[in-house]
Amino acid sequence: MAIVLVLVLIVVGSVLFHFLSPWWWTPIASNWDYIDHTIIITFWITGIVFAAVVLFMAYCVFRFRHREGNRAAYEPENKRLESWLMIVTAAGVTALLVPGLFVWSRFVTVPSDATAIEVVAQQWQWSFRLPGKDGKLGTSDTRDVTADNPLGVAPKDPHGQDDILVEAADLHLQVGKPVKVLLRSIDVLHDFYIPEFRAKMDMIPGSVTYFWFTPTRTGTFQVLCAELCGQGHPLMHGVVVVDTEQDYLAWLGQQQTFAQLSAPKQTGSANQPPAKTSGLDVAAKLETLEAR
Amino acid sequence: MVDVTPADAVPPAEVGEVELYHPHSWWTKYVFSQDAKVIAVQYSATATAIGLVALVLSWLMRLQLGFPGTFDFITPQAYYQFITVHGMIMVIYLLTALFLGGFGNYLIPLMVGARDMVFPYVNMLSYWVYLLAVLVLVSSFFAPGGPTGAGWTLYPPQAIMSGTPGGQDWGIILMLSSLILFIIGFTMGGLNYVVTVLQGRTRGMTLMRLPLTVWGIFTATVMALLAFPALFVACVMMLLDRLLGTSFFMPALVEMGEQSQHNGGSPILFQHLFWFFGHPEVYIVALPAFGIVSDLISTHARKNIFGYRMMVWAIIAIGALSFVVWAHHMYVSGMNPYFGFFFATTTLIIAVPTAIKVYNWVLTLWRGDIHLTIPMLFALAFIVTFINGGLTGLFLGNVVVDVPLSDTMFVVAHFHMVMGVAPILVIFGAIYHWYPKVTGRMLDETLGRFHFWVTFLGAYLIFFPMHYLGLMGVPRRYAELTDMNIMTESAHHLNSFISIMAFIVGFAQMVFLFNLIWSIRHGREAGGNPWRATTLEWQTPQTPPAHGNFGKELPIVYRWAYDYSVPGAKEDFIPQNVPGSFGLGPSREPA
Repeated sequence: MAIVLVLVLIVVGSVLFHFLSPWWWTPIASNWDYIDHTIIITFWITGIVFAAVVLFMAYCVFRFRHREGNRAAYEPENKRLESWLMIVTAAGVTALLVPGLFVWSRFVTVPSDATAIEVVAQQWQWSFRLPGKDGKLGTSDTRDVTADNPLGVAPKDPHGQDDILVEAADLHLQVGKPVKVLLRSIDVLHDFYIPEFRAKMDMIPGSVTYFWFTPTRTGTFQVLCAELCGQGHPLMHGVVVVDTEQDYLAWLGQQQTFAQLSAPKQTGSANQPPAKTSGLDVAAKLETLEAR
Repeated sequence: MVDVTPADAVPPAEVGEVELYHPHSWWTKYVFSQDAKVIAVQYSATATAIGLVALVLSWLMRLQLGFPGTFDFITPQAYYQFITVHGMIMVIYLLTALFLGGFGNYLIPLMVGARDMVFPYVNMLSYWVYLLAVLVLVSSFFAPGGPTGAGWTLYPPQAIMSGTPGGQDWGIILMLSSLILFIIGFTMGGLNYVVTVLQGRTRGMTLMRLPLTVWGIFTATVMALLAFPALFVACVMMLLDRLLGTSFFMPALVEMGEQSQHNGGSPILFQHLFWFFGHPEVYIVALPAFGIVSDLISTHARKNIFGYRMMVWAIIAIGALSFVVWAHHMYVSGMNPYFGFFFATTTLIIAVPTAIKVYNWVLTLWRGDIHLTIPMLFALAFIVTFINGGLTGLFLGNVVVDVPLSDTMFVVAHFHMVMGVAPILVIFGAIYHWYPKVTGRMLDETLGRFHFWVTFLGAYLIFFPMHYLGLMGVPRRYAELTDMNIMTESAHHLNSFISIMAFIVGFAQMVFLFNLIWSIRHGREAGGNPWRATTLEWQTPQTPPAHGNFGKELPIVYRWAYDYSVPGAKEDFIPQNVPGSFGLGPSREPA
């Protein structure tokens, strides 16, 4: 009979845990509260089904447990009951699917006023590229990646010259402005994930993937890589800062363009230490990793 | 619908009596045996042994997650090797091998009333190739660079690159070779299971009289024969990419600061091939569990399984649908996002036949005569964990809900609950149920109940709270959860708690192993049919059944497998090989 008690306790305990435990999603910072609403609908429907079926089972075990002289009923089928259960289940599934697909259609429809920005991943850091004055990102190719051009921006494309490059540093975004995030990788699969924004997407070498969102509050948010990308995967953190318009423009003014970064160095000499981590120094990164 | 009257219930045998190969020595009887029952035990023992490796690996990774920084030997490289080999063993070398190679071999011939599998020699080969696959996998621990740490999904490009443990060493080569061997071995066994079910049934055993265990294993085997080839070609292509420098899955990329020689390959292609295998694989593990648990519930509740024909069709529907849902593993992979509409719809449709199975298990309990034996306890625990894991599948299958949850601990919790804990609880229930047939003795009851409670409650306490870590945004496959802004202090404590539960549940499995070994000699004598069950394996003249299973004459089947508590019958069960007009099945009113 302990099992009856335990089945009931599992339902009660799970429901209490759901409502009382301190572990819940992070406060949202993007327009994807639609997704949170869909999750809440799903929690309600699935929670009710879970509680109903397990409690019914507990009742059956209690009521029909073996006692001397008992005999089970003989009822191979019940077409009506089976049909009803199938209809009710199909209705429940539809109630989940319809809002889900509705929100998904928003997710895949990028608004026309979204600014395209680019995130470039490599083992194990994040870099970013913003369109320059012409409002267009220049083309890029993994084959153009060199130590001096770690993001592989096409050197000959005029649209790329004024692109703003943020190499292995923080990205700033303006609050309330929708962005279309173009995702690119130059080595393995990665995934650009900020829990507070809810959205995420893999990046694939050789392809450009995307998603869009609108940051809805200012703050500093941690970027995580969500697709296993080798042994440095858990340390591949980045930072996205959502600014007011004023702060954003101030930050933007300090950034350098592709043309500036790739201009021949005036003061170059043999004694000078390497100017900047190119992002390609994997051996050094592995050492840091070992040291941790 | 199949509607056979007792008079025509005895159609001519489809296969005449065959002369079996009878062993001449200890070697051919116990080692190179062609008896499906011996092969089943060999498969089961090997799967259990390699499963213990997976268990130890899970402890090691829980040590790291629960107590980060405490254990210096668990480097990130080692951690990724642990998770990769743990996942691969559990899904392929343990669950697939145990359900199909273990239970399939033991139960199919006995339950359909055959003397053995139809191709005993190929069946024997199947086991030895499987063993070789396991040895190749184990050897990667001793190879330079250790096993691969690419994650069990082995996604290229990283799987064959230097930033991943084993990527440029032996690890990935041995892993892919081992998988190729496994698939070859499985195919030999799988063809056997399918042909035996179709051609080797005894007289009167129509398809609609098969126990659901056989339906589950049979459908899973058909699926595996269709799904594994996708993995096979993916493995071959990746081996070529790694060894010969081809570019099936490798686009132009930068490795270690150098431009690689690869060009034009597609990493996404691998993911499609992998999940075209990988999703049916979930049901390859689940369907045998569905079948077996149906029989456990029916037998121990002394009641026919509710809605047998619906159960059979649900198994077939799930099997078919599972081939058109694979890309729900790839919603955030960067594939064309419009695929999401299609795959979310197919995925949620599969919930309908699955839910019907759950209802029918529970409705079998309704007005039953429920004996709370250990197999029944495990069956009940299976239903709880399976409902839980199935319902969280509705989160992940519904494309937009998957976006925040994908690649988080929510996914880890979901798939462990639904294809780890739930099927393994069925395996335990099945072992407590059929052990008396295999050995002639019962497993110890006290140890068994201890094993049940610790395993069931412990596993639930491990995986239920884990969902909420994922909801918080904690990603999976993180060797270190340090400097994570989203994680509160209490979330780290929860991780420690989960780890401690994992050690406790693991310990309970040692008790189970002890019980398995101890009871071979010291268990209570079982007799031929200790559970008073109807199916043919309990009607053998000897226990354990001799080579050839059924003595001089094969049994003749007169009824379905679920004639429990038939009104008017003296006993509360009528074996399938007993003639008479009571019961007989779902297609006729009981007399």
